[in-house]
Amino acid sequence: MSLTPDDIARIANLARLELQPDESERMLTQINGFFNIVEAMRAVDTSGVEPLAHPVAVIQDIALRLREDVVSEPNEREANQRSAPAVERGLFLVPKVIE
Amino acid sequence: MQTVHHAPHDLGVAELAAALRQGQLSAVETAQHFLKRAQAQASLGAFLALDEEVTIAQARAADARLAAGTAGPLEGVPLAHKDIFVTRDFPTTAGSKMLKGYRSPFDATVVRKLRDAGMVTLGKLNCDEFAMGSSNENSAYHPARNPWDRTRVPGGSSGGSAVAVAARLAPAVTGTDTGGSIRQPASFCGITGIKPTYGRASRYGMVAFASSLDQAGPMARSAEDCALLLSSMCGPDPDRDSTSLDRREEDFTRSLNDSLEGLRIGVPSEFFGTGLADDVRAAVEACLKVYEGLGAKLVPISLPRTELSIPVYYIIAPAEASSNLSRFDGVKFGHRAGEYTDLVDMYRKTRAEGFGDEVKRRIMIGTYVLSHGYYDAYYLQAQKIRRMIADDFQQAFRDCDLIAGPVAPTVAWKLGGHGNDPLADYLADIFTLPASLAGLPGMSVPAGYGEGGMPVGLQLIGNYFSEARLLNAAHRLQQVTDFHSRKPEGL
Repeated sequence: MSLTPDDIARIANLARLELQPDESERMLTQINGFFNIVEAMRAVDTSGVEPLAHPVAVIQDIALRLREDVVSEPNEREANQRSAPAVERGLFLVPKVIE
Repeated sequence: MQTVHHAPHDLGVAELAAALRQGQLSAVETAQHFLKRAQAQASLGAFLALDEEVTIAQARAADARLAAGTAGPLEGVPLAHKDIFVTRDFPTTAGSKMLKGYRSPFDATVVRKLRDAGMVTLGKLNCDEFAMGSSNENSAYHPARNPWDRTRVPGGSSGGSAVAVAARLAPAVTGTDTGGSIRQPASFCGITGIKPTYGRASRYGMVAFASSLDQAGPMARSAEDCALLLSSMCGPDPDRDSTSLDRREEDFTRSLNDSLEGLRIGVPSEFFGTGLADDVRAAVEACLKVYEGLGAKLVPISLPRTELSIPVYYIIAPAEASSNLSRFDGVKFGHRAGEYTDLVDMYRKTRAEGFGDEVKRRIMIGTYVLSHGYYDAYYLQAQKIRRMIADDFQQAFRDCDLIAGPVAPTVAWKLGGHGNDPLADYLADIFTLPASLAGLPGMSVPAGYGEGGMPVGLQLIGNYFSEARLLNAAHRLQQVTDFHSRKPEGL
């Protein structure tokens, strides 16, 4: 299996990454090189094997913890917006999305 | 009052804590001493941020607590953090241009816990961008240099962390390990580092790379120092990290001196194949002999899917990374492109400008393997083999108490040595990836020297929650060897 330049363009669009033509070309070669070693993985018979998400689940039940749905944080709007690229009157600014 | 015969930078965490408690050193003079060293050795590239004012203010507060008798267990001992931990008092970049100038409104849980223990923060340490890399060359700011040979890499991604300890710019540092990022740089720089069981240290405030793998841990010169640090880093974080385990804090120093008589050390044949360099093999085998001398028994074992761990890891980690890194969109924090036509164009240009090559590659791989029609063949298949790899370890632990082998196939390579070949970096991770995928605790212990006089690390892997056992085995080795206390020339 080999990716094509079209695949790279499609994936870059999904990932919201603008790639320069030379970057796309390099990416194509490198990613195809990587997928050569992935072939070994695809050949493994995994029928009946449960996927493992939390590694410690191998030895004990792991339930992802949920906390009570109550307000636990103070309002720190100013601190939270200090590193934002564009803020006005406490709101994050983005380019116009609705005409 | 006794006088201190060693310069502060030659003291370890335990010795510094004692000297501070006994008033032989003040926290302020200790902090000043290390800051001066960090500035004098700036060419090593270990630090990304220093702020003398903040550090000295913390040290003053530590001195006040020492005087008032309210000191924490590590009061006044200096520490530096990998720049992947968010800090309120220092900038946090994760080694990326994307977060240049970013100031977190909060401290990571690990940062807070070590402050609660009384430690004084020296600054933030260089690392590969978003912890993705094995050489620290993926830092968007500057490379870090190996103090044993400045033309070589220190390893990665916690490269700056390893450099700071090896060059004695800090007695203790934090690191994070996703696929070997604590163990491999510790090995390359001749220091000690431990990655605990996945879920023992909170991930809250660690800039996320691969959430099912990321784990924090300490790096220092000795196993004893790592045990002290780890005791203050671990513990459940129920309100902040849904994957942190309900496993109580533990005193990891309690069994450091236990006997190794009868300890069964598993030696996986797959870790000693043709890919292993002769110099690394010789140093590791010599260490295994030392263990036999200490009463341990070597048991041949097999980890048959060692090689498969490379594709499995490099599917799972980029998949999770592509999801985690989608938050960098130029809206709430971080870089935003200067010019764009609309919202989507802003995302695309912001991310193109803010991320480096390796990060982009992993986002692309991750996006692809999670995309419609490919998820089952790649991500799900990788998660299934991940379970098989974890089961292989459980099988092996029926015959042994811990597992030993090399950390990496070679000693540290030259800066630029892997050229523009990301695959070369991936393949060099082969011995650290299996324990990462299984979520097992693992450590690197200085084991001698190889080609060019470069340090070699011995990897010890334990079963879940066996950190104290690992540290015990490492400590006993360090009582009869001196690799961990040797210093690179000129420092």
